[in-house]
Amino acid sequence: MAGVQVSNVSRSFGAHKALDDVSIDFADGGFYALLGPSGSGKTTLLRQIAGFDFPDTGRISIGGESVERVPVEKRRIGMVFQNYALFPNMSVADNVAFGLSVRGEAKAMIAAEVQRALDLVQLGKLGGRRPHQLSGGQRQRVALARAIVTKPRVLLLDEPLGALDKALRVDMQIELKRIQREIGITTIFVTHDQEEALTMSDRIGILRDGRLVQEGPPEEIYDRPKSEFAATFLGDANIFRGDSTGNGIRLPDGTAIAAGAGDRLAAGAKASCAVRPERIRIGIDAGALDGDANMLKGQVSKRIFAGNNSTYFVERAGQTLKVIVQNTGADRLAEGQDVVLRWSPESTVLIATS
Amino acid sequence: MAAQSATASCSGLRSALPLLAPAYLWLTVAIFLPLSAMVFFSFMTDLPLTGKPWAFTLGNYAAFFSQSLYLTLLLASLRLGLEVTLWCIVIGYPAAYVLAKVLKGRSREAIFLLVILPFWSNGLVRIFSWAMVLREGGILDTALNAVLPFKINIDLMYSYPAVIIGLVHSYVPYMVLTCYLTLQAIDDSLIEAGRSLGASRLQVLKRVIIPLSMPGLVAGAALIFVPVVGSFMEPRILGGRTGTFYGTVIEDQFVAVFNWPLGAALSFILLAVVLVILALASPVLRRAA
Repeated sequence: MAGVQVSNVSRSFGAHKALDDVSIDFADGGFYALLGPSGSGKTTLLRQIAGFDFPDTGRISIGGESVERVPVEKRRIGMVFQNYALFPNMSVADNVAFGLSVRGEAKAMIAAEVQRALDLVQLGKLGGRRPHQLSGGQRQRVALARAIVTKPRVLLLDEPLGALDKALRVDMQIELKRIQREIGITTIFVTHDQEEALTMSDRIGILRDGRLVQEGPPEEIYDRPKSEFAATFLGDANIFRGDSTGNGIRLPDGTAIAAGAGDRLAAGAKASCAVRPERIRIGIDAGALDGDANMLKGQVSKRIFAGNNSTYFVERAGQTLKVIVQNTGADRLAEGQDVVLRWSPESTVLIATS
Repeated sequence: MAAQSATASCSGLRSALPLLAPAYLWLTVAIFLPLSAMVFFSFMTDLPLTGKPWAFTLGNYAAFFSQSLYLTLLLASLRLGLEVTLWCIVIGYPAAYVLAKVLKGRSREAIFLLVILPFWSNGLVRIFSWAMVLREGGILDTALNAVLPFKINIDLMYSYPAVIIGLVHSYVPYMVLTCYLTLQAIDDSLIEAGRSLGASRLQVLKRVIIPLSMPGLVAGAALIFVPVVGSFMEPRILGGRTGTFYGTVIEDQFVAVFNWPLGAALSFILLAVVLVILALASPVLRRAA
């Protein structure tokens, strides 16, 4: 096991900058998600760490050893591919045994390790099958067993659950997390699914256009996004744009929005405020929603009922705001209704706009 | 239940008939009838066309076994087929690999075209071009002597290597095409998966790529081996006196000696031998594939 350090890594393909000065520290034993839209460079970064491709500039080290020019087969990593990439000409057991057998390990040792790995992914009895006789979830498990049986220093997963259906994906998320905890391996996985990133990882790195936008624990990124992109890509957010008042912003129509005590920006600069939809309270008159400093008036344009909650779309000064209300049994608001929105400064994040 | 499925497959056949008919009609007229005539000829003492009296005989087949020459020539032809097939694998497989896995886009199309080109040129022209290259004072001889500081004599014409060169040139595209198709179907992520598990490029080639492309190698080998064993044009033109093989002897029976019955009998013996070889090899090849 080992941590991974990526320092100032850049990689261009022709004129396209796939990675632009990216630095991330993946601590030993952690579970990391690299999150970003397609073309953000997350897969390119994973391939640099794996060793399929080398950075133009920058350093990559695994367990303190500099590896940026070491080819993949010498890096001692384990990788799970999006399409599983199981060898169709081999049985499940031979697939899992591959990494040990190319190393020239003894047959008895290989058989024992393969069985252990298959047991770990709960496929102990399917060693004799061929990959095409397995379901998608089972193939995923075989790919995982194959990647960890060699005791790699790092486990890399490239959209590992992308090809599975929703219910199976949730099962596999839990399963993957369990196995990762059990063997304690540093794990880096690439995904474009924000929910997956939030629920599975200890830390998330958000990438956009080849740059690292923000990195930290899921709670921190969700609660304290540092950019509009981070705020809207990880979860939903209402974004207000205006001029900074130092500890908040003033909207073009003069309404002030106060941010949390810790947020400070030079007054007068362009800035925005992000508020999560579930942090906003909605009601018919302001009195019933007493207490919170931030208040706006608007009109409900649409309501989407989702059982445990309802999402209200509220029109205000040409902007559509989103409010999520838990189903507590209270009266639901009708479309067309004039409403008041209130939320606390602590629920507001002040973001500098460049 | 069985009757039901029988009628179902029967009606399936009926609706497929218009689609099958042209192919089978053509095969009947163009191959089955002439071949049947040849089978008939091979059991005759003489051709009825010559006007001489004729009778049925097994003598033509007996001739093969009574003279060791035919067996020697057949073995030589089988060896030729094996050697040409091996050279086609050695030359064609790496080319197919580069085409399928290394080159992309326009350069792939261009190189592909160059591989296919021998197919589009006339076979006889191809062989006589080689004759110009290989003979003493030919293109190869002149070119090498122009470059090398010492004098050498290259005269490959009318030799066994010349026959091999001509045949490999004619047949290597089959190997490139069949291997290209199977190699292209191998997902790149399989190669990457192999390497991520610590396998060197050579180990990945040996344990993943070659096993997965085996169907293409086998198909290519069958497509090359069978016609090369019976080939006569390249051996005759490029091999001269050394180019006497089983195929040239069959050709002689038809165009020089006019002993069609013997030629036909020798052809069917070759067909039988080739079928036996393919049948014996098929379990091994199927396991490999």
